Amino acid sequence: MSVEVVSFYGLAALALAGAVAMLAFVRDGVAAVLSLLVVFVSLSGIHALLGAHAVAALQLVVQAGASLVLVLFVLLLSGRRAQALGPRDPGMVVIKAAGAMAALAAGVALAGTVSATMPVAPASQVASGGVDALGLRLFTAYVVPIEALGMLLLAAAVASLGLSREEGAP
Amino acid sequence: MIPVEHVIGLSAALFTIGVVGALVRRSLLAVLMSLELMLAAAALAFVGFDRVWADRVLAGAVRGQVFALLALTVAAAQLAVGLALVLANARNRDSANAEDLSVLKW
Repeated sequence: MSVEVVSFYGLAALALAGAVAMLAFVRDGVAAVLSLLVVFVSLSGIHALLGAHAVAALQLVVQAGASLVLVLFVLLLSGRRAQALGPRDPGMVVIKAAGAMAALAAGVALAGTVSATMPVAPASQVASGGVDALGLRLFTAYVVPIEALGMLLLAAAVASLGLSREEGAP
Repeated sequence: MIPVEHVIGLSAALFTIGVVGALVRRSLLAVLMSLELMLAAAALAFVGFDRVWADRVLAGAVRGQVFALLALTVAAAQLAVGLALVLANARNRDSANAEDLSVLKW
């Protein structure tokens, strides 16, 4: 039981607990966002364990650092008006829960059919997954998707500005 | 050695929790957060398979990490536009309930 294996299962348990907690905090929006933060930090740790250091760092910076902060901004700016949730439909809860259990079972069963001859090597054995190799591949073989992503981000920024503008404001 | 089916199983479980959250939660912000969780689970699946194939194909093959970065970036763009929509919705009507957006419902 090496350190990597133990920490993988610990981080996986933390990620699952955070995801379930995010669903469980119905009244408290800030607690739900913080649970999702726990999930993202755990996932970032798992990425680092699997040798994807750039993905781990970017997940911390982009998802945990920018996306969740944006969600917190909108949550706290929408204020009390946005908390009125309306009446709950009791009949659908059982159906939704049953569907969720079935989907979870199907997903995990599907994951189990992945061939057992594909082990994951510990990160210390792999010298090729580092940031250098990723950067080289990104800007030689994958430059078109990177540029397309840049345009997507520009379009998203312009769209968010346009959508959140008030009527008549510059 | 972490077996790859455990990584993919974790990704499947997180994705399913995200799907459940997107369907069950009534607040629009919670739906957006569940969508983020789904894309993060997909990025984990990409990285898990990348770790498998990077040892077998050639050194420096980092396709899985590239696609994980794609998934993260698309998640960020989607969240930005979604939050702008939530803000516009919260400004025009007083509720952030996803079931109140029913003008197009039959």
